[in-house]
Amino acid sequence: MDHFLNPLAHALSALLQPLLLLAAAPLLVAWIRRVKARLQNRRGAPLLQPYRDLRKLFAKEAVVARTASPLFRAAPYLVFAATLVAAGTLPLLSLRLPSTAVADAIALIGLLGLARFLLVLAGLDAGTPFGGMGASREMLVSTFAEPALLLVVFTLAMTAHSTNLASMVQTTLNAGLVLRPSYLFALAALLLVAIAECGRIPVDNPATHLELTMIHEGMLLEYSGRHLALMEWAAQLKLALFAALIVDLFLPWGIAAGFAPGALARAALALALKLGVLGALLALAETVLAKMRLFRVPGFLNLAFLLALLGLLSHVILEAAT
Amino acid sequence: MNPAALPLLDQTVLVLAAMALFTAFALLAQTRLTAAIHTFAWQGALVAAVAALTGRATGDAHLYVSALITLTLKVALIPWMLHRLVRRLSLERQADPLQHPALTLLAGAGIVVFSDWVAAPVAHFDTSATRNVIAISLAIVLLGMLMMVVRRQAVAQVLGFMAMENGLFLAAVASTHGMPLVVELGVAFDVLVAMVLFGVFFLQIKNSIDSLDIDRLSQLAEPVEDDARGDAP
Repeated sequence: MDHFLNPLAHALSALLQPLLLLAAAPLLVAWIRRVKARLQNRRGAPLLQPYRDLRKLFAKEAVVARTASPLFRAAPYLVFAATLVAAGTLPLLSLRLPSTAVADAIALIGLLGLARFLLVLAGLDAGTPFGGMGASREMLVSTFAEPALLLVVFTLAMTAHSTNLASMVQTTLNAGLVLRPSYLFALAALLLVAIAECGRIPVDNPATHLELTMIHEGMLLEYSGRHLALMEWAAQLKLALFAALIVDLFLPWGIAAGFAPGALARAALALALKLGVLGALLALAETVLAKMRLFRVPGFLNLAFLLALLGLLSHVILEAAT
Repeated sequence: MNPAALPLLDQTVLVLAAMALFTAFALLAQTRLTAAIHTFAWQGALVAAVAALTGRATGDAHLYVSALITLTLKVALIPWMLHRLVRRLSLERQADPLQHPALTLLAGAGIVVFSDWVAAPVAHFDTSATRNVIAISLAIVLLGMLMMVVRRQAVAQVLGFMAMENGLFLAAVASTHGMPLVVELGVAFDVLVAMVLFGVFFLQIKNSIDSLDIDRLSQLAEPVEDDARGDAP
């Protein structure tokens, strides 16, 4: 097999794909903010603004609370690293990725869970009330979001007979255009879970520090300088990761099978287009929806769980081979 | 059955049937009466679309007639009558939350599994592409029944009853490509008459106990002013 013929190219691609997503993540966030601003009749910040913010934060001094433990300093690096490794398991431009062979969708969810665990610990560490409040809310959301996310993965894995992301994508590509009720339900559930996991509007508002509503920002209040930059960048990467996951699982057309430069360029173009459309849809949803009360969030995520469960059941009833 | 092996028309039928199942769940969880009536209308539209597409796939012309009857009755006439009734009884703003929403939805999921188990032997001997829809339609019938059990609001219970009829119609379409037209017309007429009777019945209940909360019918004495239920905005 030519799988092992060119180890250098494989190692490079395994490194390059997550780094590419990392580099593109602030751009996606800027694009969402731009579309949202336009929908609200504002001009909006330039598309490079998040990069400038990150550069500014990296140049600033990091202030650490006197009560904080070493964990507080280590957490930004660990959260960033865990999210980056999670991004490495996604087939982004090419399907032939050595890292997808060792890490499947369940490992991806586990890595994201690890990042969240460290983030919550860091939020509790400084001992401020807002940090603790944000941490407890984050755990409330994740308690409901993670089972639904796992069910989505299981639903898709039943069709693909594998939890490996690359083979799931390959199955969808091989089958062509097939209407599967289970995919429809799984897509709806994954969209709801992604909104909750990334802290977007009906669940959390990423643009405010209003103490009564914040979840993610509450845990980051004590951070400054390079620590804050890493945390922000990790959150942006997580958003890009979920968008890429949705695109990969449900609209994989355009992804390259090998490493031919032409196919890779086409895949990059297709990916940029799909992420752009998805980001614009998110901006539209955030414009028309209002943030819900925290205690309505379990209901919102129960709907996601129900959709994922119906996806699983409709696979068994309607699609299972008998 | 692998959907990839089916023609696109049959795949669409399966997707629409699954969406009808989802509307049954949405109906079960819906707290607002007007939203529930809209959901019921959507379920009727999905079932009518399944009937029309099955007619297209099998070439049965009378399925188009059934779809048309369902469309006029379940999507237009009955929701309109219910809306008028709700407005007349001034129930538009009334919310009727489930007492145990998570438990009810889990029971609903259990019903779906049970229906699949019950319908498996039937589907085993059928060769049509839509044989698996029988389990879905059985689940819709049972979910309508569950709705009648868990809801206290009389209008919501009637919606559950009508949803059961939707499920039966879907079962008829999926298993035998529709009932004979005479039977279908009779059922449609029955549903319409039932709707009219329910309307009269609601007015009577409202007049006698000043509420449509069925639980109050089990109390013998005149109820004291109960502000905890239903009337909250």
